[in-house]
Amino acid sequence: MKLTGAQMLLKCLEMEGVEVMFGFPGGAVIDIYDEIPNSTVEHILVRHEQGAIHAADGYARATGRVGVCLVTSGPGATNTVTGIATAYMDSIPVVIFTGQVPRALIGNDAFQEVDIVGITRSCTKHNYLVQDIEDLAVTIKQAFYLARSGRPGPVLVDLPKDVMQQVAEFRYPESVQMRSYNPTCKPHVGQVRKVMKLLRKAKKPLIYSGGGVITSGSHADLTWLARNLCIPVTSTLMGLGAFPGDDPLFLGMLGMHGTFAANMAVNNCDLLLAVGARFDDRVTGKVDTFAPNATIVHIDVDPTSIQKNVSVHVPLVADCKAALAALRAESEASLDDIDWCADHREWVGQVQDWGREHPLTYKDDDAVIKPQFVVEKIYEITKGDAIIATEVGQNQMWAAQFYKYTRPNTLLTSGGLGTMGYGFPAAMGAQRAFPGKLVIDIAGDGSIQMCIQEMMTVVCNRLPVKIVILNNGYLGMVRQWQELFYRKNYCETCLDAQPDFVKLAEAYGAAGFRVTEKKDVESTLREAFALDKPVIVDIRVAREENVYPMVPAGASLTEMLLV
Amino acid sequence: MNKHTLSVMVENEPGVLSRVSGLFSGRGFNIYSLNVAPTLEKGVSLMTIVAEGDDQIIEQIVKQLRKLVPTIKVKDLTEVKSVEREMVLIKVNAEDSKRAEILRIVDIFRCKVVDVSTDELTIEVTGDQGKIGALINLLGRFGIKEIARTGNVAMQRSMQMDL
Repeated sequence: MKLTGAQMLLKCLEMEGVEVMFGFPGGAVIDIYDEIPNSTVEHILVRHEQGAIHAADGYARATGRVGVCLVTSGPGATNTVTGIATAYMDSIPVVIFTGQVPRALIGNDAFQEVDIVGITRSCTKHNYLVQDIEDLAVTIKQAFYLARSGRPGPVLVDLPKDVMQQVAEFRYPESVQMRSYNPTCKPHVGQVRKVMKLLRKAKKPLIYSGGGVITSGSHADLTWLARNLCIPVTSTLMGLGAFPGDDPLFLGMLGMHGTFAANMAVNNCDLLLAVGARFDDRVTGKVDTFAPNATIVHIDVDPTSIQKNVSVHVPLVADCKAALAALRAESEASLDDIDWCADHREWVGQVQDWGREHPLTYKDDDAVIKPQFVVEKIYEITKGDAIIATEVGQNQMWAAQFYKYTRPNTLLTSGGLGTMGYGFPAAMGAQRAFPGKLVIDIAGDGSIQMCIQEMMTVVCNRLPVKIVILNNGYLGMVRQWQELFYRKNYCETCLDAQPDFVKLAEAYGAAGFRVTEKKDVESTLREAFALDKPVIVDIRVAREENVYPMVPAGASLTEMLLV
Repeated sequence: MNKHTLSVMVENEPGVLSRVSGLFSGRGFNIYSLNVAPTLEKGVSLMTIVAEGDDQIIEQIVKQLRKLVPTIKVKDLTEVKSVEREMVLIKVNAEDSKRAEILRIVDIFRCKVVDVSTDELTIEVTGDQGKIGALINLLGRFGIKEIARTGNVAMQRSMQMDL
C-alpha cells in the first residue's frame, strides 16, 4: 500500500492504538492536518502548544499509556519545550511530533525553522529527524517503544514537510530491534536474595516509594509487601497513590514538606528500601545526614539514578514491577516461618506515635478560609474518588498533604521540574481519557494564569474539568520563602492585579463561582462538581498561610519547622 | 581526580557526537580529549574519550553514556591493560643553528619531519601521553609555534600481554 508521509504517520498512530492527540496546526504540518479527517485518531485543538504537551502528559499519567502531541515547526516546536522537560523529569511516556521545514531548507534559517532536535536533545529520552520517508514508519515504531519501555520518557520526532508529502510503500514493523538499546528490566536473582536477607535482619525497615512504582504498575506488589511484612511506607510527591494514603502503615510524603513521622522514620530506620525513587534534593535535604543509620537498598530501572545522590549499599537495577514481584515471591515463602509483624511491631508503633504526636495540621479559622480546609473538603466531597491535577507551589503541596490518594494515577503533578501552568492542561488530558470521572485542578492564582487559555479547549471539547483556585493573591511559595528566609521582602510576589476569574470563566463559556466565606466552601464545591461543564471556583483564602512542616533547603530532615 | 580513558562504541548516526558531548556539558563533566571515527563494522563508530573525575563522577559518566540510546558499548580502559596513542603535529622554530639538535631529538623520539621551511620544522609524533609530554617539553625551549593534537585513541590489549 503506497501512502504519503502524512498518511503514513496517521496510519502508524492508529496501529499504535493512539485514540487522541493534542495539537496545533501550522504550515509545516498542514499536510498531516489535511489527512486527520480521514483518520480514526481524534485531534484536540489546543490554544497554545504548551497546553498540547501537558495534556498529552496528563493523558499518559492518568492512563499509563503513551500521550501524543503534534505541533508545527519553529515557534510551535519551541513552545513544547517546557512540557517536554516536564515529562522528561517525571519519566512520562509522551511522543511529540514536530513539523520541520522542507529538507532542502534545513539549516538555511528558513521561515519558522529551528533545530528542535538540537534544542530538545537534553530533555528527551531520544529524538529523531526523519530524513527519508523509508525511515518514517520504523522511526515511529521506535519512538513509541522507547517512550514506554525501560525508564519511560518523552521522544520527539521531527518531520520535514516534504517528507510528509512524499509517497512510499507502507510497512509497519511488528517489533523493534535496536542493538544499542536493551534496558535491564529483570532483577538479578542474587541481589533479590540479598535484599530479602537484609529485610529479615532489619528491625526498623522503611519503604521509600517513588513515581517508578506508579509508572511500572507495581503498586499491588508494593502494597502486598508492606502489609504482609509490616513495613511502614513513605512516598515522594510523584509516588503518592502507589500505596493507599488511608492505610495505617502510610506515613505520608517525606522531604522538604514531608510529615514529621516520615522524616523521623527516615532518620531512624535501619533499612531503607527505595523503590522507583531517585533521592531528589527536595526529598533528602542535607545528603550527609539522610538516613544516617540505614542500609540503603535502591530498586530502579535506570542505573544512572543509583549512586547519583546518595551512597547505596545494595543496588537492584530492574523494572520496579519485576523487582517487587520477585521480592514478593521470595517473601511469600517466608510467611509461615517468620512473624514479620511481631518483629516490626515496636517500630511500627514508634512511627505511628510520631504521626499522632505531630500530624499534618493547620490552625483553622472561621474568619478566613484556610487553603488546607479547602483541600480537605475536596477530599471529603469526592471521597478520594477523583483525579487531582495540581499547579505548582503552595497549592501543590497542600494538595499532596491534605488529600489522600488511595489509587495510582490519580495525582497529576509536575514533580521534577515544578512547572507552573502544568495542572490545568494535564487535567484536560486526563478528562479526555476518562470523560466520566471527576477531574479537578487544584490551582494557585499565579500558576493558573500560565495556561488559562486552555479554558477555550475544555469548553469546545466538553471536558468538564473543575479548577479550584486557592487564591491568596500571591505567588505563595516564593512569598513563603521570602517571609522565612528573605526578611519578608515580598519582591514581585504580590499579585494584587488579578483578572475576575468568575467573569473569565463565563467569557470562555464555562461556569464561575467565587467563595469568600468559609461556610460557603462546601456547598459551592458540591455545586461546581455536580455541573457537567468546566468550572472555575475562585476561593479567597488566607493570604499569608504557609506550608508546614518545612525543612529549609540544605538542612537535615529532622530540622523541621512545624505549624 | 584521575584521568580515565573511555572507549565508547556508538551507532554512526547524525547528532551522536552532539549527544555525547552534550551529556558532558549538560552535567558539568569535563572532556579532556575526544576522538571519533567509523569502525570496520558498518554503521558503528568508536569514540575514545578521556575524562577527568573522581570514581563517583566516572561511574556516573559511564552510566550516563550507556543510557544514551545510540550507545552500543562503553568500556573504561583505565581498568584493563590497554594501548593508548595520540598523534601530534608540532611546528617548532628551527633556525640554522638549532636545526641539527632538533633533528637529533626527532630521531631519538622516532618522530617524522613532515614539513620544513627556512626557519620552521613541522614534526609528526605518535605515542602515549608520556612520550608526547616529554617531546613537547624538549621542543619547548626552541619555541613551539603551533600544535595540533588528535587526543587519545585507545584499545584494550589482546590476551592481556605487555608489549
